[in-house]
Amino acid sequence: MTTAPERPAPTPLAPGAPRSGTTFLGLPTAPRGVGHLRGDRSFPDAARDALRDGQLRANLGHATSTIRAKRAKVVGEVPDWEELRQAGKALKQSTMARLDELLVQLEDQVTARGGTVHWARDADEANAIVTRLVQATGADEVVKVKSMATQEIGLNEALEAAGITAHETDLAELIVQLGDDAPSHILVPAIHKNRAEIREIFLRTMPQFQGPDADRDLPDEPRRLAMAARTHLRERFLRARVAISGANFAVAETGTLAVVESEGNGRMCLTLPQTLITVMGIEKLVPTWRDLEVFLQLLPRSSTGERMNPYTSTWAGVTPGDGPQEFHLVLLDNGRTAVLADEVGREALHCIRCSACLNVCPVYERTGGHSYGSVYPGPIGAVLSPQLTGVEDNASLPYASSLCGACYDACPVAIDIPSILVHLRAEHVEAQERTTPEAVAFRALSKAMSHPRLWRLTQRAAGLGRLLARGKPTLPPVLPPPVSGWTRSRDLPTPPRETFTQAWAREHGR
Amino acid sequence: MSAREEVLSRIRTALGERRPDVVVPRDYRTADERPAEQLREVLVDRLEDYKASVLHCGPDEVGATVAAALDTGLGAGWDPASVVVAPGVPAGWRPEGATEDDARPAVELAAFAATLTGVAVAIAETGTLVLDGSPLSGRRAVSLLPDCLVCVVEAGQVVGSVPEALPRLDPNAPLTMISGPSATSDIELQRVEGVHGPRTLVVVLVS
Amino acid sequence: MRVALFATCLVDTVAPQVAMATARLLERLGHEVVVPPGQACCGQMHVNTGYRREAVPIVANHVRAFAGAEVVVSPSGSCVASIHHQQAMVLRRAGEEGLAAEAEALAERTHELSQFLVDVLGVTDVGAYYPHRVTYHPTCHSLRLLRVGDRPLQLLRAVRGLDLVELPAAEQCCGFGGTFSIKNSDTSTAMLTDKMANVLSTHAEVCTAGDASCLMHIGGGLSRLRSGTRTVHLAEILASTEDAVSPQQTTRPAVSA
Ligand code: SF4
Repeated sequence: MTTAPERPAPTPLAPGAPRSGTTFLGLPTAPRGVGHLRGDRSFPDAARDALRDGQLRANLGHATSTIRAKRAKVVGEVPDWEELRQAGKALKQSTMARLDELLVQLEDQVTARGGTVHWARDADEANAIVTRLVQATGADEVVKVKSMATQEIGLNEALEAAGITAHETDLAELIVQLGDDAPSHILVPAIHKNRAEIREIFLRTMPQFQGPDADRDLPDEPRRLAMAARTHLRERFLRARVAISGANFAVAETGTLAVVESEGNGRMCLTLPQTLITVMGIEKLVPTWRDLEVFLQLLPRSSTGERMNPYTSTWAGVTPGDGPQEFHLVLLDNGRTAVLADEVGREALHCIRCSACLNVCPVYERTGGHSYGSVYPGPIGAVLSPQLTGVEDNASLPYASSLCGACYDACPVAIDIPSILVHLRAEHVEAQERTTPEAVAFRALSKAMSHPRLWRLTQRAAGLGRLLARGKPTLPPVLPPPVSGWTRSRDLPTPPRETFTQAWAREHGR
Repeated sequence: MSAREEVLSRIRTALGERRPDVVVPRDYRTADERPAEQLREVLVDRLEDYKASVLHCGPDEVGATVAAALDTGLGAGWDPASVVVAPGVPAGWRPEGATEDDARPAVELAAFAATLTGVAVAIAETGTLVLDGSPLSGRRAVSLLPDCLVCVVEAGQVVGSVPEALPRLDPNAPLTMISGPSATSDIELQRVEGVHGPRTLVVVLVS
Repeated sequence: MRVALFATCLVDTVAPQVAMATARLLERLGHEVVVPPGQACCGQMHVNTGYRREAVPIVANHVRAFAGAEVVVSPSGSCVASIHHQQAMVLRRAGEEGLAAEAEALAERTHELSQFLVDVLGVTDVGAYYPHRVTYHPTCHSLRLLRVGDRPLQLLRAVRGLDLVELPAAEQCCGFGGTFSIKNSDTSTAMLTDKMANVLSTHAEVCTAGDASCLMHIGGGLSRLRSGTRTVHLAEILASTEDAVSPQQTTRPAVSA
């Protein structure tokens, strides 16, 4: 069985430490001490352990290769995929350029249709708003549709502290919640678990399997496991008075919100309870109703590899006689405006959370999502988390990529993730107040590489490394750090007697 | 400053004075020129791919075909009273003795075995039926709680692609886009049909 | 044509045979090869590690070194990609508008070897002979930034004696990633292991690619395993001819530095 790390407690605050950083324009990043955007270990440290978990590696390898093949097939059958992608990218760019205006428009539309709009500067404020709204209904439990925003702000913990139980209803979220685990994927939070592990969690935790008379016959067939979840949640759906959801899209022009899902748990939450509370990052907007024609084509094919997901629900405010009669929309900043201030990094706000970049990422496939320490793992997490928290709070993430570019190719809104990674690396380097040994080396190398004479001398010095080889074709495997990072698993060739430019000059008489 | 004012002012600070003027290229396909007959074939192919069942019929045979659809979904010998129909469903489509949805609390709908509704539009390329909360489609809970859903799609309702469907829909209506029975890919990313929504979807396609 | 060869810092220093093979190949095809002596590095390693300010003088040196060149060819996909996608951006960010424009113009004249051969010279059969079982790894930057497509395969298919075998999961990164291979050594090694398993499953004698850096990574791993498969740059294969085959030679390419 995979031993999943317990979800790290929110990063403790050192006495007197600032609650959050600010960017150069003075815009605050997501506060520390609340939510799940920061890990307690650096990526390389966490990854080292994950890589040794054979079960995890097998589960992830199996799941990601399945979904990659499905996605490739359904994307391949769309002749205008690239055109849709470019339209999606431009729509998000134009949304960001008018974000203030569009949010106000959305607020007007939602309000006009009987909804109430709340604004939250950060996780704490959003949690407080939602808690207050739930308390006002008198309910002590809520049903939840899978939502990244509420994961990000640690809403379940905040509700629990107020004595309110949150029931996750998405199958994978349920697996994570019952297993007392942390999500490791945007779309399939329990992707790190296989059927046998899921069966074990269900048998151990679901009330239907407890007690002396319980029928504990549960094969590890996915269909039977899904049925167990159906039984487990049915009653909860029918009695729920309050639901909490996220939103995939919000249309500014019409006040329409959209949730894209598969299982029908979303429909249950969006339809049956009396009160619906939707928490949405301020970047989830699209300007017009028509714009959904682009995203409803891009999202399902990129995420589950289906032509269309089983259910997409849209609603605007309150509809008399149909669905919740009280609707609240919480608009969340929590560092997003700080991301928006970075002209290169703001592209990360275009993300529609399809998870295609995770599924194609060779790093994610091997390390899994927990290594990233944030609810946003994989390539998008590596560019989003450090920006939401300030780069120094997630400094190892921008380096958690070989820059292979598979994420950029897969991204349905063409986010140039590798370029943002490189940009954030520079932000990290430039934020260092003290000179690191690495910086000394890179500066020296920069000097050499910009002065041809000095460079030839440097090359000669490097060539002397061949003395270490004592005539063998490779250098000894034990070398001091940082070279040991290489030589622990790979040989280094012995440097040649002569560089190419030397040899050429000799041949051509210079 | 209120949170609203503060968030809006942060956005203005972040964006600065010079905002890019973005032109959105819309050179993707917005119309599917294929003849209606072909679109219907595509729709059937997609629906069946999602493990939905499709029955065909002429305009005069809807009632009988709905009964056959319920046979498919519930097995022969079903009780007409256990079928709930959306209030706008034409009398000719309804099984005799079926229950019409009224203002009862939504959760009571869970007691029904099957639902019969029409649709607002169907999208061939994605195999999607759109229900729009109108009397013909019913309120959202009616197509959600019973375990078997029968939808009648009329000839003029099939469009080729998503961009053709949206202009036909009211953005302020509570819409449900349904593509096959409820499903999940949450276990090893393998698709399994049938979770919380109806586990059986039968489509009656009228020509 | 008079072709300026950009060896790249890595090839020049540790894999000189790759640049020598490139030069021999271009000469054999009837072109004059020059090696601008001021060349050092394209700046990629600095940019990708976060030292974009420190990359500015390196890029400036590169632009200076190749200022007079009519056309530049390099046996490295990732360095050419950096020249195309990063150099001007780095200079612009540092306020070096004039140099950035020069870098852009230079990028237009700079080609990765397989693209130069197939697109500019219009040849796929370069008259090479290399009687070995070979598999080809499409390196990430060649594949996704330069979009070299199947050009290297076209070139390899025309090599006499060469038995080309398909590499399973070829498009997966080998785990090199520049300083990634050191900063995230464990993850890099895990990626490398899978790449090597695929390479070894082909029973190829040689794994080739268009980037000496990725080959050094894969080759370093294969050598550590004491596997019989070695890595050889595409240029070295294309430079090999029947005349140059010697009795001592096994998979070692005919041209050495
Ligand atoms: S970055 Fe792109 S590929 Fe990754 S989750 Fe977001 S939209 Fe999908």
